[in-house]
Amino acid sequence: MYDRGIIIPGLIIFVLLVTFPIWYNHGVAGDVPKPELPKDSKKCVDSVNVMRSKHMQLLNEWRDEVLRTGDRAYFELEGKKYQKSLQNACITCHTSKKKFCDTCHEYASVTPYCWDCHLAPVESE
Amino acid sequence: MKYTFPLAAVIALVLIAWIGSKIPGMQYLFGVVIPWLAVATFIIGFCYRVVHWAKSPVPFKIPTTCGQGYSLPWIKHDKLESPATTSQVVARMFLEIFLFRSLWRNTKAEVHEGPKLTYESSKWLWLFGILFHYSFLVIILRHIRLFVDPVPGFINVLEFGDGILQIGAPSIYLTDVTILLGLILLFGRRLINRQVKYISLANDYFPLFLIFGIVVTGILMRFFLRTDIDIVAIKRLAIGLATLQPTIPTNIGSIFYIHLFLVSVLLAYFPFSKLMHLGGVFLSPTRNLANDSRMRRHINPWNPDIKPHSYAGYEDEFREFMVDAGIPVEKELPPKADEE
Repeated sequence: MYDRGIIIPGLIIFVLLVTFPIWYNHGVAGDVPKPELPKDSKKCVDSVNVMRSKHMQLLNEWRDEVLRTGDRAYFELEGKKYQKSLQNACITCHTSKKKFCDTCHEYASVTPYCWDCHLAPVESE
Repeated sequence: MKYTFPLAAVIALVLIAWIGSKIPGMQYLFGVVIPWLAVATFIIGFCYRVVHWAKSPVPFKIPTTCGQGYSLPWIKHDKLESPATTSQVVARMFLEIFLFRSLWRNTKAEVHEGPKLTYESSKWLWLFGILFHYSFLVIILRHIRLFVDPVPGFINVLEFGDGILQIGAPSIYLTDVTILLGLILLFGRRLINRQVKYISLANDYFPLFLIFGIVVTGILMRFFLRTDIDIVAIKRLAIGLATLQPTIPTNIGSIFYIHLFLVSVLLAYFPFSKLMHLGGVFLSPTRNLANDSRMRRHINPWNPDIKPHSYAGYEDEFREFMVDAGIPVEKELPPKADEE
């Protein structure tokens, strides 16, 4: 093999770059986040699966409807009426941002910009 | 119709993953076994190819020079087009690898009235190429967020920059748009430019279609077919692959398995294909050699070991035959003993 002094370090750098996730994790897979669910309410506006995969699209639709057409239509859930609203609906049950929203968002490295405008709920210690 | 077979192959791959991932128990095959085998093939195959190239001798200094070589002091030396030192070669390679500089040399020949033949720099290929490659790089780096925990800061920065338009939720990535644009332009070039169409082969179209499939399934998964796309479950699967502790979360949508299978095929196909230009760009002798053949002797590595042979030694070896043939010699034969 020619130019051993360049080829071998080059290949080592390549392999290290490609295997970055393997050595960066130190072989620890870590725990899947467990968001704290509300205790006094068992039902959200849709099923768990749909909320897990599509809540961001739902919130985005609500935002557009509320801000652009002023449509804050109420929906009823377990006999209670809720508005299309993050602060007046979602947060009434999911009272902690840290224990609910942030657990998964931090794990998946997602930074939604909800809180650029909205007030985050006050965390009770 | 050299693109029909590659197109059919990619469609077949999509169908294999789609139907396969629906069969109970096959999720482990498509989610763990195939990705692992693909990554192993990629790394081992890549290193094998590079070592194989490194074993080939370079008999001559063959840099492509496109400018004035190093010469007398009053003649201006073109340092990038005809590098004479290692640092000049490094500068040239850097511009080649990061900015695809040689693609600016892509020319278009046209016959005008006269008749007059002109050659004009056609930078479209460079533009499409740079659009595609940098988008792909950013997309690959962004995906690191799914494979490591905690996610390093620079990935967040990249992700923020890529989603800066904040359109929709999940927000649109700029690179998703630009890679699609780049792919469509690179493919369109092969259809529209007659000369390029003529030299395009199935193995030119296959990677284009395959990457197109990967991009489209990725976009569909993020924005449109979100049913059963739980990003936490997907990240758990991806980290499991990276830490060799695989778990298959239940019910991830088929679109995810199609995406993962196409990526696996791309990785496994990589070392056997023209995609090896990722490694090849570093090893191309027409780029990485210095044009210094008048300053430094380049020895062909396969030259046989030839010992110097002086005239005196030559005459010693053949003196008898030379005398026999009547060729004059500098030193006569020693007198024979029986003649005295």
